[in-house]
Amino acid sequence: MSERAARPGDRRLRLSRLLAMARKESLHLLRDPRSLGMAFALPALMVLAFGWVISFDIRYIPMAVYDEDRTAASRALADAFTASTYFRVVGHLERYGDAEQLIDRNAVRLVLVIPPRFAARLAGGGPAPVQALVDGGDANTAIFAMTYARGIVAAYSARALLGVRRAPPGVTAETRVWYNEALKSSHMIVPGLLAVVMMIIAAMLTSLTVAREWERGTMEQLASTPVHPVEVIVGKLLPYLAIGMVDVLVVGFIGDAVFRVPFRGSIVYFLGASFLFLLGTLSLGILVSAAMRSQMLAVQITMVVTFLPSFLLSGFMFDIVNMPKVLQIISLVVPARYFITLVRGIMLKGVGPDVLWPYGLGMFLYGAVGLLLAVRAFRKEIA
Amino acid sequence: MPEARGHGGTGARGPDRTAAGNGGAFSFARAAEMVRKELRQLFRDPMMVRLMFGPPLLQLMVFGYAVNTDIRDTRTFILDQDRTAVSRRLVEGLTASNYFVVVGRGERPDDVTQALDHGRATIGIDIPQGFAADLASGRGARVQVLVDGTSANSANVAQGYVGLIVQRLSQNLGGAGAQGHGGAPGVDLRARAWFNPDLKSRVYNVPAVAGLIVMLMGLSLTSMAVVREREIGTLEQLMVSPLKPIELIVGKTLPPVLVAVADLCLVASVAILWFHVPMRGSVLLLAAGSMCFILAAVGAGLLISTMASTQQEAFMSMFFFMMPTIILGGFMFPVANMPVFFQWLSLLDPLRHYLELVRGIFLKGAGLDALWKQLAALAVMGPGLLWFAVTRFHKTIE
Repeated sequence: MSERAARPGDRRLRLSRLLAMARKESLHLLRDPRSLGMAFALPALMVLAFGWVISFDIRYIPMAVYDEDRTAASRALADAFTASTYFRVVGHLERYGDAEQLIDRNAVRLVLVIPPRFAARLAGGGPAPVQALVDGGDANTAIFAMTYARGIVAAYSARALLGVRRAPPGVTAETRVWYNEALKSSHMIVPGLLAVVMMIIAAMLTSLTVAREWERGTMEQLASTPVHPVEVIVGKLLPYLAIGMVDVLVVGFIGDAVFRVPFRGSIVYFLGASFLFLLGTLSLGILVSAAMRSQMLAVQITMVVTFLPSFLLSGFMFDIVNMPKVLQIISLVVPARYFITLVRGIMLKGVGPDVLWPYGLGMFLYGAVGLLLAVRAFRKEIA
Repeated sequence: MPEARGHGGTGARGPDRTAAGNGGAFSFARAAEMVRKELRQLFRDPMMVRLMFGPPLLQLMVFGYAVNTDIRDTRTFILDQDRTAVSRRLVEGLTASNYFVVVGRGERPDDVTQALDHGRATIGIDIPQGFAADLASGRGARVQVLVDGTSANSANVAQGYVGLIVQRLSQNLGGAGAQGHGGAPGVDLRARAWFNPDLKSRVYNVPAVAGLIVMLMGLSLTSMAVVREREIGTLEQLMVSPLKPIELIVGKTLPPVLVAVADLCLVASVAILWFHVPMRGSVLLLAAGSMCFILAAVGAGLLISTMASTQQEAFMSMFFFMMPTIILGGFMFPVANMPVFFQWLSLLDPLRHYLELVRGIFLKGAGLDALWKQLAALAVMGPGLLWFAVTRFHKTIE
């Protein structure tokens, strides 16, 4: 830094000072190689863990059968459950009371009860009731199990009736899934996860940078130098932007190489949107950091403002339409929500700016407003 | 850190000064003093106090209200190219179910494409021309269902519902002799959900939030408390004081345990009183399991603090530990749906056992006979992890 830069009253922005700030922050990062390593490893780990472990496709639900009829017809019904591959019959019960025990121990999720005279009623043309006892604890799996069971029974019923009296063929629903033909869970997860990972990593990286300077007492030193707040903030942001962009590529690469998630849209548009999203999120981290002054507080706040909303209120896992109105309104200010729609649109649907421009504009606003707020908060704190 | 300094002075006056290095008895007075210092440090900042109890409540609220896996009102786009009374009946049958809500109707196949591309609809129903005629002629009619496969779970479920409704309708439309509802022939499945008759996902998720919060608090408070002192340089001051490592450990771990217990009580009360989650089982069993689980969380936090030299590193390591734990623990997605390898791996995850325990106690009222395995696993893992962390911690500060 030349003596000219140190002259008081020189409040113009200088690239050299900005770059010096960026270099200082990079040195900080390089001196702590373990944190740096984790900044790259954590996104990779998250994508692999989510992609491999989580499956929305529920199959082979363990079930038991309590067959009081013991006829060919009742056995055929039980077999229809196994044949569907949605269920796996793990036991045949002798007593009705055993059902409760099995469900208590999580050994089965569903017990099919076929009452006596089932075959006779079916053949007689009357209604033949059967019962399904479902473990309602996990509502999601329970709904799947009930839906599948209804479908299996309805199909069985149609076949059985066909034998009894001539029924004309009815309507068949032909389903085609778009954008994700095989309904692969990883294809749904990876684009959404990109947003969540970015949100967490970016905010985590910057949320401590300013608070650390406060805690160590170097903030006063920084404030007494002629460096401009914009130079401090942008200088601090630059190295993290670089890390964040590498993380985007890491996640994208794993999605492509490991999970074969299609990439149907424009890479340029994708990278541009990711850059703006990163900029906004990194600024958010700095904002928290400048306001909190303590790393412990900054950590807790960051988790509340980034981790939770981007995980739960962004439509990543849970559809926003199914939430109560208040939360739907809150979700409107969750940036990850727009970024996820954008990334899914680009990667899976292959749509371009003509469809996604409102989201692109949103990302731009997020980045710009975030940066402005961070500079303002910082200026206020050192003043 | 004036407290720490002052404390060093107290020790210097006492007779146990020579015992400062190694040997000497564990002193309750010194450990208590250390605990008091830590608690004072935690509660000194009103913001920190709010953060210890605010976010857990917030999380509970969000999980109670937002995490809704019940599928209703799937946005549906209708393309009725047939325009007959029969095709209209099919559409009515879908909308009457509450599972679908019609957000638009179109004339041309392009309209469906547009609606799905823009994300205005999740599902498109295409009824081709000649639908009614095909059905009447007995050849069988087809309906095309287009599902947006990008949005999580709902595609799967919605697809199942469409199939079901169409099948039911088909029986009504096709079977000329169908006599209303009561005496319809065929197998009639009556499903009954136990423990949670309304199938609210809230009942399943809210007790689990308790597990998540306890883990988060135990981990973050413990690891940050030690690492902060190391980063600021006050850890050395503590070490040259007559405080023994074990007393230091007690001082650093007991406050997070207390905060975690307080959070657990808070979360459990709100779950029961506000969300009306049934509490059917034994409080004693819940307390025993929770205690072991808290020890595991604090142990993991202490372990992280032995490895991290800066708070940033501690924070990131915490996430490194937490993400796989949450995913494998079956917090949002049941362990039973995971690939078999990960189901085995999840046996090493204390959160998995704790969630099974909590859900079993709350929802099913299951007792020790059904949950002894989970309790045993926690009883081994909790104290075991803490013991391992304590020995590691000893090594790093000596």
